[in-house]
Amino acid sequence: MKYKSLTALAALAISAPMVFAGGADDDALVIDGQEMISKTAAPAHMAETGIDTIISGWHFREDDTQAMQLDTFDNPGMIAVDQAMDAWNTVEGTAEKSCASCHEGPESMKGVRAVYPKWNAEAGEMRTLAMQINNCRTEQMGAEPYKYDKAEMTAMEALITVQSRGMPVNVAIDGPAAEYYEKGKEIYYTRYGQLELSCASCHEQNYGNYIRADHLSQGQINGFPTYRLKNAGLVQVHNRFRGCIRDTRAETFAVGSPEFVALEVYVASRGNGLSVEGPSVRQ
Amino acid sequence: MASGVKPRVKVPKSASAGEAITIKTLISHPMESGQRKDGDGNPIPRSIINRFTCEFNGQSVIDVKMEPAISTNPYFEFEATVPEAGEFAFTWYDDDGSVYNDNKAITV
Repeated sequence: MKYKSLTALAALAISAPMVFAGGADDDALVIDGQEMISKTAAPAHMAETGIDTIISGWHFREDDTQAMQLDTFDNPGMIAVDQAMDAWNTVEGTAEKSCASCHEGPESMKGVRAVYPKWNAEAGEMRTLAMQINNCRTEQMGAEPYKYDKAEMTAMEALITVQSRGMPVNVAIDGPAAEYYEKGKEIYYTRYGQLELSCASCHEQNYGNYIRADHLSQGQINGFPTYRLKNAGLVQVHNRFRGCIRDTRAETFAVGSPEFVALEVYVASRGNGLSVEGPSVRQ
Repeated sequence: MASGVKPRVKVPKSASAGEAITIKTLISHPMESGQRKDGDGNPIPRSIINRFTCEFNGQSVIDVKMEPAISTNPYFEFEATVPEAGEFAFTWYDDDGSVYNDNKAITV
């Protein structure tokens, strides 16, 4: 065991800097012939971070993983989209409606993913896509809400997300969203856990470098929900937040908590200008 | 009984005679290995796709026997030469006796 890990470390030390020098690669992300914006100038509000180019996490993955995202058929995340398509047309709840009763085809959701999380003036709250889906279910359909990070919810998010594929992320951070932006930013720069790591420690100061065997990305969330090969399933952005904070050996916030909603606003806004990629494929 | 099983196949619509084409197939299936236990320690019964076949105009193209170590949502990609116009018939056999089919026609 000990010998094995030593060998692995040695191999990493020799090969990694040569293969991945400079961090992100220069491949082009083209899905089914549609070119994605996977690298672009950072939005103005990121001037203070020292990052001038924002880069999709796709550029930090290995070629095999990257290839799976280039063709809709090869993308295992699209299975969930298929399943959500059935759910879209399924009548549920006391109002005897399906998603299709009000919204017709899922094509009507084009552009939605790109602007979420979004302030809902009527309800006076910041809503993530998952919260909006559940609001539709409880208020319009009279149905049971999905659990925030369960497979049905993630699949429905994937179906809605894929309608906006290729459109640039454009999350508002002014007006009522400013409060959430500030709160999310505070969480982003707070060091958590026994390892005392903040989001910025890895994803701002060290992207392109390795943390043990992991190639650090900028932590962009334009590709969520993401099909993770290690989970063999779709992962929501709040799952990923929780996983990151857990890895610092901290008590994490709950999925769907106000803290994670604020963090999602902030992190999403750091990707303003990148294409919506979801469902993406990652390691 | 596995739920949410749905076969998907990608075959070009046309090819020239004798040309080797690439066929991609995927079936969503949990592929429960039979090795795992549930929360109470009881074994979860095996439930996998155990055989996959592809035929072209009745002639066998590929016939695969599958074992429990194969991951969820089995994906096969293979090449086939197309001598004439016809139809590919894809069949997946489930442990529970279910049989899933998909057909794709191709012109030459």
